[in-house]
Amino acid sequence: MPHPLSRVLALGIFLVFFTGGCIPNNPYRPSERGKNIFYTSFDEPPKHLDPARSYSSNEYDFIAQIYEPPLQYHYLKRPYELIPLTAESVPVPVYLDKNNNVLPPDAPPDRIHRAIYEIRIKRGIMYQNHPAFAKDKDGRPLYMDLTDDDLDGIEEIKDFPFTGTRELRADDYIYQIMRLADPLNHSPILSILEKYILGLREFADALKKELEEIRKERRKRAGAAYNQLLDERRNPIVLDYRKFPLPGVEKVDDYTFRIILKTKYPQFVYWLAMPFFSPVPEEVVRFYKQGPLEERNITIDRFPVGTGPFRMETYNPNMEIVLVRNENFRGERYPEEGEPGDMEKGLLEDAGKEMPFIDRIVFKLEKEAIPRWNKFLQGYYDSSGITSDSFDQAVTLSAEGKAELTDFMKEKGIRLVTAVRPSTYYMGFNMLDDVVGGYTDEKKKLRQAISIALDYEEFIDIFNNGRGIPAMSPIPPGIFGYLKGKEGINPFVYTWDEKKKKPVRKGIEEARRLLAEAGYPGGRDRSGRPLVITFDNAWTGVDAKPIINWFIKRLKLLGIQLENRTTDYNRFQEKMLKGNFQLFSWGWNADYPDPENFFFLLVGANSKVKFMGENAANYSNPEFDRLFRLMENMDNTPERLEIIRKMIRILQEDAPWVWGYHPVSFGLFHQWVRNTKPNAMANNTMKYIRIDAKLREMKRMEWNRPNFMPLIVVLVVLVVGSIPAVISVRRRLSGSFTP
Amino acid sequence: MLAYIIRRVLYAFPIIMGVNLLTTVLFFYVNTPDDMARKILGEKNITQEAIENWKRDRGYDLPVFINTEEKGLAMITQTIFFQKSLPLLWFDFGRSDRNNIDIGREIQKRMWPSLSISLPMFIIGIMANLTFAMLIAFYRGTYLDIWGVVLCVIMMSISTLFYIIGGQYLLGKVLKLFPISGYDTGIYSIKFIILPVIIGVISTMGVGIRFYRTVFLEEINKDYIRTASAKGLSETRVLFKHALKNAMIPVLTNVVVSIPFLFYGSLIMEAFFAIPGLGSFTIDAIQAQDFAIVRSMVYLGSILYIVGLILTDISYTLVDPRIRLE
Repeated sequence: MPHPLSRVLALGIFLVFFTGGCIPNNPYRPSERGKNIFYTSFDEPPKHLDPARSYSSNEYDFIAQIYEPPLQYHYLKRPYELIPLTAESVPVPVYLDKNNNVLPPDAPPDRIHRAIYEIRIKRGIMYQNHPAFAKDKDGRPLYMDLTDDDLDGIEEIKDFPFTGTRELRADDYIYQIMRLADPLNHSPILSILEKYILGLREFADALKKELEEIRKERRKRAGAAYNQLLDERRNPIVLDYRKFPLPGVEKVDDYTFRIILKTKYPQFVYWLAMPFFSPVPEEVVRFYKQGPLEERNITIDRFPVGTGPFRMETYNPNMEIVLVRNENFRGERYPEEGEPGDMEKGLLEDAGKEMPFIDRIVFKLEKEAIPRWNKFLQGYYDSSGITSDSFDQAVTLSAEGKAELTDFMKEKGIRLVTAVRPSTYYMGFNMLDDVVGGYTDEKKKLRQAISIALDYEEFIDIFNNGRGIPAMSPIPPGIFGYLKGKEGINPFVYTWDEKKKKPVRKGIEEARRLLAEAGYPGGRDRSGRPLVITFDNAWTGVDAKPIINWFIKRLKLLGIQLENRTTDYNRFQEKMLKGNFQLFSWGWNADYPDPENFFFLLVGANSKVKFMGENAANYSNPEFDRLFRLMENMDNTPERLEIIRKMIRILQEDAPWVWGYHPVSFGLFHQWVRNTKPNAMANNTMKYIRIDAKLREMKRMEWNRPNFMPLIVVLVVLVVGSIPAVISVRRRLSGSFTP
Repeated sequence: MLAYIIRRVLYAFPIIMGVNLLTTVLFFYVNTPDDMARKILGEKNITQEAIENWKRDRGYDLPVFINTEEKGLAMITQTIFFQKSLPLLWFDFGRSDRNNIDIGREIQKRMWPSLSISLPMFIIGIMANLTFAMLIAFYRGTYLDIWGVVLCVIMMSISTLFYIIGGQYLLGKVLKLFPISGYDTGIYSIKFIILPVIIGVISTMGVGIRFYRTVFLEEINKDYIRTASAKGLSETRVLFKHALKNAMIPVLTNVVVSIPFLFYGSLIMEAFFAIPGLGSFTIDAIQAQDFAIVRSMVYLGSILYIVGLILTDISYTLVDPRIRLE
């Protein structure tokens, strides 16, 4: 009969080596071997998955695969192009004057009284299977008025035994637009949309008043013991939107609805491609707003319900999030055309084929970069970004500054995909400050001098491994209005080198000259005191100190003393709101590919100090503002481009920002991943991805053969080494004991 | 003993409420509800109205301790402190500020992965530390003792992070014997537990062995050991029967008090091995300025600490008949 210990040992060996499918370091279950699953990671649990609230790219990675707004971005074409998703076509606005007469598309904005977007959705689009749609034999919702007893054994949506589905209707889009105004949903875009959608402000106010009345009533009933949080947890409030009018949204028929804007706003169509405008059925909201479900953390903020190619199967944000193919997905074809070069890159191999190509997407939580990177190299993640720590292992820069994969990565068949992100990281001046603000020639020269001294080419090389493009204006590449080459340079900071055909930053001598003309020769004012500028930032972590030191060192070249004031992000925001700063660092990611989304950061009416807007520099130039008002309502025409040029030139001269840089993202993909093209605007990209699961399995086996030898050697050494100790103990025990 | 335990539990109430009061004071001294709202609502398009709306929904529009706008009892009940502290008494931790999840359920869920790592690490760690400490004490004054202590000091001087990264690199990446990180449920969790447990045990061995060696040596030099050996008892009997038993008081002081905290898990270990435990729960909440979670975890921590102390006192009576709890 075998010794019990040997059984335990045998079980241990079995578990370690066979539960991973013969590869002991395989983190996945044996049942997943060779399956059509895409593996990736996330480094922070998402905060919100409710499309009324979610406003962050790491959340869109999940919900954009599930929810379907009316429009989407073409996956391959550049510049970015909107195409229908659930809509039959991209809506073209109809403009009306005050007398409801139809105006031509090029009518001047001041004549436009209403802009009507009519959206017609495709028929036959079905929702994923979900318990909210389950009905009893009388056609009533099966899971309403749930009690704790009803939910015995239910922890997630997949635990419900019965589900149902139904067709997508215009009402679902209308309901979601109303949800954006619901004070309980805290939608971050309400403040923007209420400026445009007719009656949205009034509707939001009415809902807020209704909510307050309900709370007041409940408070009155409960008396001094009233605890709002406890009360609303047990009895969640569901506001009845039908009680209040919203003239800005009209239902035409079951498949058609209209959104009516108070003014011309050409950028509105971009919002129709964002998850905020996804359909949400009322019965789903009512299902989730049940006390016992909320107590189990089963909410719409965690378990989305959509019509998209995937549905959520597992939501455990502290470990993994799993999306699986939506059985009811109508099917969508892979694009048949792209931009030049896509064919050669193999991006059109699947043209016309039905999507999605993968059955499951497994997102694993990996907070730390080192294990994430190592698991990518072992083939356990299909894609990866590159951190500074792993950059040298992954990429080399050629003499021309072109990023290439190292031999090690090439041997593994890994592909590098780079793309300039539609973002700007900048340094801003407080234009209300007595020293660095103001609009006189001296003040402009002071800011221009600092702009020259802060050498962003050097910054990008040192701190970003070359992953960035020095900015000439707030407009990043890929956005209408971005100008390449000589005509695009900032002439106040750069000159054009005709031989090298590239911009060259002006020398430090030029910066010193400008500084002297600004009244600070050698970095000292007229009374001989050194120019001291405070620098506010919220940079923490190990990388912050060298970056701050670099800024200090660069300005020291001009004789300017930069006084660092790092604080936590809250204090930083407080300073921004109060205007208690001189120089600060911040960034902006585009919501949509239009210059308006960058220029509005510098419009006087958006001043942070005066109006709590997004213009943190508090820049205000009447001419720039005037041009902005003209430009924002124009289509992308040569006239608009001319206005944009003028605006950029004003900004470059006034220099309210040191323009900083536009980051370039580097993505790595294994050889078994196909159809990968970076798309900074689209988030619903997982449906395009195809993988070769057999090849992946083969490579995983090849790359992860365990090496037991060192372990055996250590065990032998330990056993052999313990022999003298055992002998010694025996000898000592046979002698006398001396304390 | 029962009376003693009841008395200690009653003493605990003012301590726990005091801790809760202190947490509230400190939190709101550092953060205003506006700060919390800004942090939680995000960076883009946040208006003052949105901030006020969030505060109203989460009950942070109330005064912290005294509501002068109310009358009578409501002056106390309609405050942040009262509304958020009272449910804690029946372990209703409420919902998180950041993403509105039920904290109690989250703690229940995340406690098990933490325990699955910390419990084996704790038990194997104590056994390994005691064994090696006794071995070194057995060879006191010899080269084995000297080099053992030197090795312990070296092991103590190395950062935990080094053990983790080094262990992941050597055992996970180079030898490919274990998954580098991750976690799974049920039987599949075993292969994810081995590596962190090995690393956890090794990383604490330096401190543990040195501590227990000192305890044993102190006991070995006492008169009763000399008496025992003078009686002609063997060295193993003296060490295991007499020295070990008497050394249990400091050992228990060190060990029992940490048992309740096994639920808390280990922050670094859980972050690097992607273990969905409680270790990172509190730190994430502090970073996100989620007062609801911070308050709950501090409250739970203070209770666990008191439980640990009571357990330690009880354990003394088990190993030392001279001690009576009255």
